Amino acid sequence: MPTVSVKRDLLFRALGRTYTDEEFDELCFEFGLELDEITSEKEIISKEQGNEKAEGASDVVLYKIDVPANRYDLLCLEGLVRGLQVFKERIKAPVYKRVTPNGEIQKLIITEETARIRPYAVAAVLRNIKFTKDRYDSFIELQEKLHQNICRKRALVAIGTHDLDTLSGPFTYTAKRPSDIKFKPLNKTKEYTACELMNIYKTDNHLKHYLHIIENKPLFPVIYDSNGVVLSMPPIINGNHSKITVNTRNVFIECTGTDFTKAKIVLDVIVTMFSEYCENPFMVEAAEVVFPNGKSYIFPELAYRKEIVRADLINKKVGIRETPENIAKLLTRMHLKSEVIGDGNQIEIEIPPTRADVIHACDIVEDAAIAYGYNNIQMALPKTYTIANQFPLNKLTELLRYDMAAAGFTEALTFALCSQEDIADKLGLDISATKAVHISNPKTAEFQVARTTLLPGLLKTIAANRKMPLPLKLFEISDIVVKDSSRDVGARNYRHLCAVYYNKNPGFEIIHGLLDRIMQLLNVPPGEKKGGYVIKASEASWENTCRALLVKCFCSRCCFLPREMRRDLGQGSKHREARGPSS
Amino acid sequence: MIIEAELRSTKRWELTAEGEEIAREGSHEARVFRSIPPEGLAQSELMRLPSGKVGFSKAMSNKWIRVDKSAADGPRVFRVVDSVEDEVQRRLQLVQGGQAEKLGEKERSELRKRKLLTEVTLKTYWVSKGSAFSTSISKQETELSPEMISSGSWRDRPFKPYNFLAHGVLPDSGHLHPLLKVRTQFRQIFLEMGFTEMPTDNFIESSFWNFDALFQPQQHPARDQHDTFFLRDPAEALQLPMDYVHRVKRTHSQGGYGSQGYKYNWKLEEARKNLLRTHTTSASARALYRLAQKKPFTPAKYFSIDRVFRNETLDATHLAEFHQIEGVVADHGLTLGHLMGVLREFFTKLGITQLRFKPAYNPYTEPSMEVFSYHQGLRKWVEVGNSGIFRPEMLLPMGLPENVSVIAWGLSLERPTMIKYGINNIRELVGHKVNLQMVYDSPLCRLDAEPGPPRTQGTA
Repeated sequence: MPTVSVKRDLLFRALGRTYTDEEFDELCFEFGLELDEITSEKEIISKEQGNEKAEGASDVVLYKIDVPANRYDLLCLEGLVRGLQVFKERIKAPVYKRVTPNGEIQKLIITEETARIRPYAVAAVLRNIKFTKDRYDSFIELQEKLHQNICRKRALVAIGTHDLDTLSGPFTYTAKRPSDIKFKPLNKTKEYTACELMNIYKTDNHLKHYLHIIENKPLFPVIYDSNGVVLSMPPIINGNHSKITVNTRNVFIECTGTDFTKAKIVLDVIVTMFSEYCENPFMVEAAEVVFPNGKSYIFPELAYRKEIVRADLINKKVGIRETPENIAKLLTRMHLKSEVIGDGNQIEIEIPPTRADVIHACDIVEDAAIAYGYNNIQMALPKTYTIANQFPLNKLTELLRYDMAAAGFTEALTFALCSQEDIADKLGLDISATKAVHISNPKTAEFQVARTTLLPGLLKTIAANRKMPLPLKLFEISDIVVKDSSRDVGARNYRHLCAVYYNKNPGFEIIHGLLDRIMQLLNVPPGEKKGGYVIKASEASWENTCRALLVKCFCSRCCFLPREMRRDLGQGSKHREARGPSS
Repeated sequence: MIIEAELRSTKRWELTAEGEEIAREGSHEARVFRSIPPEGLAQSELMRLPSGKVGFSKAMSNKWIRVDKSAADGPRVFRVVDSVEDEVQRRLQLVQGGQAEKLGEKERSELRKRKLLTEVTLKTYWVSKGSAFSTSISKQETELSPEMISSGSWRDRPFKPYNFLAHGVLPDSGHLHPLLKVRTQFRQIFLEMGFTEMPTDNFIESSFWNFDALFQPQQHPARDQHDTFFLRDPAEALQLPMDYVHRVKRTHSQGGYGSQGYKYNWKLEEARKNLLRTHTTSASARALYRLAQKKPFTPAKYFSIDRVFRNETLDATHLAEFHQIEGVVADHGLTLGHLMGVLREFFTKLGITQLRFKPAYNPYTEPSMEVFSYHQGLRKWVEVGNSGIFRPEMLLPMGLPENVSVIAWGLSLERPTMIKYGINNIRELVGHKVNLQMVYDSPLCRLDAEPGPPRTQGTA
């Protein structure tokens, strides 16, 4: 969930009133936001870097607000304020308009070289905008929030904003060999080639995360103006030449990416949020983008879509009884301008370009419910009549757990993921013999494989509890995982029962007795002839199969004070082999 | 009481061996000072003196001496003052003379820190006759024996009273794990409410069932390598229900069933990628798909509690694996009010009655609501679960009828357990680093019982 931090006083000024922290928290809750933290820049720095560093930092109160991951229109102060003001019916939702300039329209031409690396681009112009320090900061911050969220850390979409007055169109979006791209990047005083830049940014804490998107590609995307000035090398860095400042009046915005839909949404969000500060508020100057196939499109789309939903459907889904007129009012408060039409039960809803999250009637139903107030909805119990059943394997597991504890054993709960060493080397087995499933992206060795046996977990539990009085009697009934090509995913779980007896004396008869007791509980007689169970020696374990359960019992006589599990187990298996099946 | 003993203790100050030496010969710093001739002394030579190391630093901090580091043959030490008062020696001599009280508390403790003084406590007992004083010995009986009863001797024998302040001998017993005790209670609650348990014994899942079937787009951050464990072997799911897969693909990439869709290029190879399931909702999706194949539709209530896996940063409350609890109801005409009603019943059984609901966002439910409950201890609303109505884009491609709604909610098993048993670090609860003593000592799990004040043994 993205978190937006806004200056409290700035927020209250924009909202036209002040709130206590509790009141504002309440408002957020109702609207589906969460006032996550009340802090200040000073507090943040002091927490992260210590009091000394924080000295002199601003102690203006900041609200950190959690915003739902699909509400890109609430990722900045401007959007939050607009959303809350409309919700509280203090203002009407603005109408966003795309206008064609009187003079020449800005043109961005995409060449076909971009097709293999980053094929899409969209653009727009914010004309005669008036920034202040706060507005400018918010503008930059919104781009960052979009980059981190919908843009998937710039992989899907990257945004570039430029001072149009320093450039001269038409612009060309192309892709070139890194060695052929040379420009002065943002906040640098010298020109570098793209190859040099990729090296420089390897140590840049912010930019190093985006390098992988184009690294090792033969061509890098780049945007030029008609004089050959580099606007940006998406998705890494803009040029310094067209850098925007607080004094910039005309902003050229380009979004490049691999996902056309998302690029259009991102552009719509930026221009709807910040056209508020243009000379003609909420008017956005169009730009033309020419695709390699010669087709030309006008952006931003700023498309309004109409949906018709029956009022009784909304009532039925939420569990309320409101008139169509009231529902239309509720929806209008959620930035979805609505009116009753047709037979008086139909509601026509206008979905604005800011609400890309509304893709189905169910999204409209939710907004009606939010505006109605979740906590005002009358609770009811469904009349669904059903008979409950337990999953048979779990039912048996529950019964056995109780009787294992009644037999004096204590239940352990160990991890299903472990290292290869745990299930192979330490048990004297080769990893290929385990049929284990392997994880491709473990962050540490603890998560290399799913366990194929419960034993390592129990032995580690003993090792971590050596200060406990002896004997330790542990068991676990849980799932292990092995490859199985007959299953749709190529792997399956088995439920295992594992028990360990740990004491100064071997006490094989104790673990043997437990096994006999388990068989008694499962109503399996001893002896092969009777179709019952037999115990046989195996390399690392005594195993035998019985009905739905694969039972494994281990004697840990050789694990007396295990300093290192592997060594002890190594000795253990030799010991057992030497004694043979007579034990 | 045969005799009575009264404890009388007195305290006095004594010099340590080192203290005695200083009282006799002067403090280390004074000895260092005295050993420096007017022309100075090489620091290396000074350090070799018996009092050199301690005395040097003390004398330096007293500003009695100085070091000239630029001297020709290495650093050289000089006197700064002509003569010094050896306060330490004087004070120790006072103590030696039995006049410790003349020193202030601060001076004494400074000398004690330097291990020159110790405080000695002398304990003596004043013994006198007790109320039951006797010169003859008779042993009190501790147990009643069959012989005493048959002979009647018990009538005259003195019996030792039981000591109820001592601990009894705990019985040898096995123990169930606290987290799984809580799991049992949650299963019980679902069963009491008529919910059927779903099979969840498949930790390995395909991206298809874990994400695509839930209408979670392929660029969703949860599908990132940073959040999910993918498999190297077996890397791909080979069998997928292809008819259904095509409907899912169409819904994602083009929309349908009244949806705009996500409008992106949906890829089968992305859906085939195997992973460790990130939620049990994948099992719910399988169960709902099976339900959809049964004609005519029969209403269902399902639940599951099992392990899920996340490739995330670990801390005191997050592990790479945890247990998820999930409840699902599928029926005609279910509403948000029904979801809230079921949640109210469910949480009441957990002993949680003060609930409120916050709008939220989940990729596969709409409307979605987070469930908050008022925590008396923390004096604030805390999130206790997440819930919603499954999106039509998820249900309709499965083949469920259009007027069937499915409400669902989920929560983790570890969080309520940690709160219940007052555990702050999840590693003490789950995994091999578990504290077995905690397992031995954990009380019954009675979720709906009032949490009383912790009882301490011995106050019975």
